[in-house]
Amino acid sequence: MKMENMTITAQTEVAPKIYRIVLNGPLARELRDPGQFVNIRVGTGIDPTLRRPISICDVDLENEELTMIYRQEGKGTKLLSEKLVGDEINILGPLGQGFPVEVAKKNSTCVLIGGGVGIPPLYYLAKKLVATGANVITILGFRTEKDIFLEEEFNELGQVIVTTEDGSKGMKGYVTDALKSLTSYDVYYTCGPKPMLRAVEITAQSPGYISLEERMGCGVGACLACVCDLTKPNEETGKGYAKICSDGPVFLAGEVIL
Amino acid sequence: MSRIAVNLPGLTMKNPVMPASGCFAFGQEYGKLYDLNRLGAICVKAVTVEERRGNPTPRVAETPGGMLNAIGLQNPGLEHVLEHELPWLEKYDTPIVVNIAGYQVEDYMEVAKEISKVSNVNAIELNISCPNVKEGGITFGTDASTAAHLTEKVKTVSEVPVYVKLSPNVTDIVEIAKAVEQAGADGLSMINTLLGMRIDLKTGQPILANRTGGLSGAAIKPVAIRMIHDVSQQVDIPIIGMGGIYEVDDILEFMMAGASAVAVGTANFIDPFVCPTLIDQLEERMDELGIDKLSSIVGRSSLCNNL
Repeated sequence: MKMENMTITAQTEVAPKIYRIVLNGPLARELRDPGQFVNIRVGTGIDPTLRRPISICDVDLENEELTMIYRQEGKGTKLLSEKLVGDEINILGPLGQGFPVEVAKKNSTCVLIGGGVGIPPLYYLAKKLVATGANVITILGFRTEKDIFLEEEFNELGQVIVTTEDGSKGMKGYVTDALKSLTSYDVYYTCGPKPMLRAVEITAQSPGYISLEERMGCGVGACLACVCDLTKPNEETGKGYAKICSDGPVFLAGEVIL
Repeated sequence: MSRIAVNLPGLTMKNPVMPASGCFAFGQEYGKLYDLNRLGAICVKAVTVEERRGNPTPRVAETPGGMLNAIGLQNPGLEHVLEHELPWLEKYDTPIVVNIAGYQVEDYMEVAKEISKVSNVNAIELNISCPNVKEGGITFGTDASTAAHLTEKVKTVSEVPVYVKLSPNVTDIVEIAKAVEQAGADGLSMINTLLGMRIDLKTGQPILANRTGGLSGAAIKPVAIRMIHDVSQQVDIPIIGMGGIYEVDDILEFMMAGASAVAVGTANFIDPFVCPTLIDQLEERMDELGIDKLSSIVGRSSLCNNL
C-alpha cells in the first residue's frame, strides 16, 4: 500500500452519471488482486473530509495505469467527476483483500455476477480468470438499457448475459433470474448492492465470493467504521466481526451476515 | 532534552504528538506504514472488561471540516488486549497510553487495575466522554461529582498516572476539570467529540444507524482551543489537547492554549502519515515563529489574561 499523487490520463462519462477514470503512477504496480480498492482524496481542502473508496476496474502494470469506474452520486464523486486529464489526485492504495483467482481451476466455469457500479471490479477479475484458462460467464444487471457499460469489454472474455429491470435490453428481471438459468458452474464471484448479494447467495449453486461496500473512515482497518458480522467467529482470532476495508471487501459466501 | 520533547506524568515524550484514541486501533495497522517510534506516544483504543461489538453500521457520516462517528467502543475486551494487543507494542520504546471505559465504576476499576500492571503501559486515559454508548461513557463525564468519584476510585487501583478525557458536551467544563483534579487525576485529555446528527435526504432518517454521533475534525478546533484555554488556567495538571489537529500550526495553537501535548485523530483518516509528517514540520515552523523550546509556549495564551 502506498500514498501517492497519481495523474489523471483519461476521464469519460460511459453511461449517465457513470464515469471511467484512468490514473497513472507507480502505485499501480502495487495491485495484488482483482477486487482491491483505492481510497481517493477528491479534494485538497477540508470538505469533503474523508476519502472515497472506489474499486479498481482494471490495471495496466506496464504503463502503470489504474482504471476505476464510479457513479457520480454525492458531493465527493461529483468533485471527482469534475477533475480533468492532467490533474493530480492523491491516492491511498491498493487496499483490502480481493477476489481469489487461484480457486478457479483450468477449464472450470466461473460465473461473475455484477449489479450497477458493483460491476467494475469483476472486469480485472474476468481477465485474470481467462488468463488462467477458466471459462467465464458474466451476468450484468442494470436498471435500463441506457445504464449499460462494460458489456463489450466483457464480451471479449466470454459469454455475457445482460439483465435489465425494465426489459429494455437483454433478459427482463434481475441477475438472479439469469443465474437460475445456468445449470452447471464451479464458482461464482459477485459484487453489487446488498439486496442483490443476498439474493445471489441464496440462488447460487456453487461456492462463491462476495464483495461488500460500506461507508469507511480510515480504509486501513484502524477505525472500525466498516465492520460486518461473521456467521461464526474467526478460528484464528476468535473475533466475531470482520473489517470490510482490510479483511474484505471480498469474503467467502456464507462467511459474513449480509 | 531536544527542543520538541515534552514531559508529562508517566509520559516522557520525544515530541508532543500522539494519535488520538479510537483513531489508531492498537497500532498494528499504522505500524505497517511507518515506525511507531516516531510518535511522541501512542494512545490505543478504548478497552472494556468484556468484548464489545459496537453499534450497527453506518457508523460514520461526513460534514464539512469533520465527521460524525458512532463506533460504540467496539473492542476485543480486556483479556484479549492483555494477551495480544499490548504485547505486540512491546517492540516500541515510545510511551503507551491506554484508554479505558466501562458501564459502571467497578468495570473501570477492573480494567485500570489490570492494564496499569502491564510493563509497557505508561498511562491510562479515563474515557468518561464517549457519546456513542447508552450506558457508561459520557454519563460519567457530564456531572462533576460522578466524574470525581470515578477518578478517585480508579486512582486507588491504577499503578500508572491517570488522564481523564473530558466531554465538551457540558455547560461548564471547568467545573468538571477542577473536580477530577481534586479527585487525584494526573492530567486531562480534551476534548472528546461533540454530539451531532446528519439526515439522509432520500430517507429522511439519520445517516448514522445510532442516529447521533460524535463530531470530530477541523470543525471542532475552536471549541477545543477555547475549552483548553479556560481549563488550563483553573487547574495545575497538564492537558493533552485534541480536536481537529490537521496541520503543524494547530499543534502550536493547542499548546499556546494550554496543552502540554497533543493528540491527532480524524486527520489520520485523511493522511495516514499525518503524525510523522507533522512531527517533521515542527522545528522548521518553530524557527519561523522564533520559538526556541516547545514546552515554553504552553499556556502562552493566558499570559494577558488579566488585561
